[in-house]
Amino acid sequence: MTAQSTIKSLEKTALRLRFNLLEMVGIGKAGHLGGSSSLAEIVAVLYFHKMKVNKADPRDPSRDLFLLSKGHAVLIQYAALGELGYFPKTEFAKVKTLAGALQGHPDMQTPGIEAVTGSLGQGLSIGVGMALALRLDGRPNRVHVVMGDGELSEGQIWEAAMAAWKFKVDNLVAFVDCNRIQATGPTCEIFDIPDIAKKWDAFGWKVIEIDGHNVGQIIGALEEAETVKGRPTVIIAHTVKGKGFSFAENNAAFHNGILTEELFARAKAELQAQAEALDKN
Amino acid sequence: MISLSTKSLREAYGLSLLELARRDRNIVALDADLSKSTRTVLLQDEFPERFFEMGIAEQNMASTAAGFALAGKIPFMNTFAVFAAGRAFDQLRNSICIPNLKVRICGSSAGLSDFGDGKTHQSVEDIATMRSLPHMTVLAPADAVEVVKMMEKMPEIDGPVYIRINRNDLPPVTPEKEPWSPGKVWTLREGKDAAVFANGVMVSRALAAAEMLAGEGIQVRVLNLSTIKPLDRAGVIAAARGVRGIVTAEEGTIVGGMGSAVLEALRTERHGPVEFVGIPDVFGVSAKNYDDLLERYGLTAAAIRDAVKSVLQ
Repeated sequence: MTAQSTIKSLEKTALRLRFNLLEMVGIGKAGHLGGSSSLAEIVAVLYFHKMKVNKADPRDPSRDLFLLSKGHAVLIQYAALGELGYFPKTEFAKVKTLAGALQGHPDMQTPGIEAVTGSLGQGLSIGVGMALALRLDGRPNRVHVVMGDGELSEGQIWEAAMAAWKFKVDNLVAFVDCNRIQATGPTCEIFDIPDIAKKWDAFGWKVIEIDGHNVGQIIGALEEAETVKGRPTVIIAHTVKGKGFSFAENNAAFHNGILTEELFARAKAELQAQAEALDKN
Repeated sequence: MISLSTKSLREAYGLSLLELARRDRNIVALDADLSKSTRTVLLQDEFPERFFEMGIAEQNMASTAAGFALAGKIPFMNTFAVFAAGRAFDQLRNSICIPNLKVRICGSSAGLSDFGDGKTHQSVEDIATMRSLPHMTVLAPADAVEVVKMMEKMPEIDGPVYIRINRNDLPPVTPEKEPWSPGKVWTLREGKDAAVFANGVMVSRALAAAEMLAGEGIQVRVLNLSTIKPLDRAGVIAAARGVRGIVTAEEGTIVGGMGSAVLEALRTERHGPVEFVGIPDVFGVSAKNYDDLLERYGLTAAAIRDAVKSVLQ
């Protein structure tokens, strides 16, 4: 069992990441708020608790690896990397502009970014290659790949799923961010993929289902994954798209939406209220 | 360097890859159920732990190769050219070329060389598409000797490399003793009247055409343009200087292929008329043998000879 103090601290970190998200999305600019916010707890647990990271040497050979296959949610990764000090937080406001360094999708010129993703469906394959290379060298580093549920319609993911099983990759953990909404509407209407857990199970993976906003469950799933040998593990994380911003929750309009001045103020107020509530408990 | 008695480019590739793997334990090979044809089976036999059979899943193979490279390995991914450059194009572009990874992509059975299998298996457009990718080095060796030399230099080339390997035996045309380096125009024959830029199977045919034309009193300069990218622009300009006409000869589409690259290089220069010998804007077709197919698309010494005559008129 993870200590309550650790859980509380990570919940606060997730909230801080959402504040950072808000700073990046800003007013009047399009930004992938929904699919970034659904990952705040998972990213908080990975970067601030579970993974071995080294901001002083982003290419530290002993580091654990994080790949955001759903690259459009890179704002949440920037939120964590900036918070950890991989680059100055002043970059947040300049994201996706010629004045800044942070690109619209993961780009390896950014410290802490491990691969180029964004053309959907490629991250799991890249992770499999990394995991196989680490195993060849007898290195203990672990690989984490985050996919979206909408992204599962990409055929390459299932190619990678078969390859990971074939090669008995057990130093890789995949997450599916099941926020149930993709760019143009609910996933069940746009391209329904039923029985996601059964599918991964049928592909030979160890499947763990969790509430993707429950820090304790995320930690528990990652600890369980470490005990799985001879096959890969997928954590199906049930999440809320736009989590933390009431107007954006479960709303496809904020997949890549624009915040008006009024919505921005409301979003900030909502996060502040959540912060106060966390402090009180 | 491995000594070579074979005329098979595939065998030369497989043997060279094995030799590289013996020297560097970071080299790994990935194949998509074609290792006996691509000859990565040679590496597989000696280093099974460094051979990855990825199944018939080229897109996953390409991105997996990227993952290997990101974690410090030097992956060689292998399949037929048409699948490497076509099926996995987006993966080459995004997973490999954008981050400029040291992945080696072997497009085997390239061009029309898989003569019997027809249009779905013949890569007419791979040179055009591969050279359009930023960071990609594009190589088209003319014979087994050149394959060996290219593979010897492979460790020194930064970023991704696409190497096009012919399925069939090709006659030796490149000088065995001359050291090779990427990004150079290689003069195989001097001549003052016309210049013929060729690569791959078309080099031997260009040399044959030059021989025919010499009998008619026309002196042809024959250049092997085995590195299509990065193109030796100064070398192309120098090779085109002083002649009255230019011909390019390639086993691929003339739309955006090597001939186009030559004209891009010459865009600021005054030069005589240019003709392309290559595959017009069409897909391939099944044939009983390779020579019949090359004949069908006019990829012959006679066609090069006629093209030279036409640009000199």
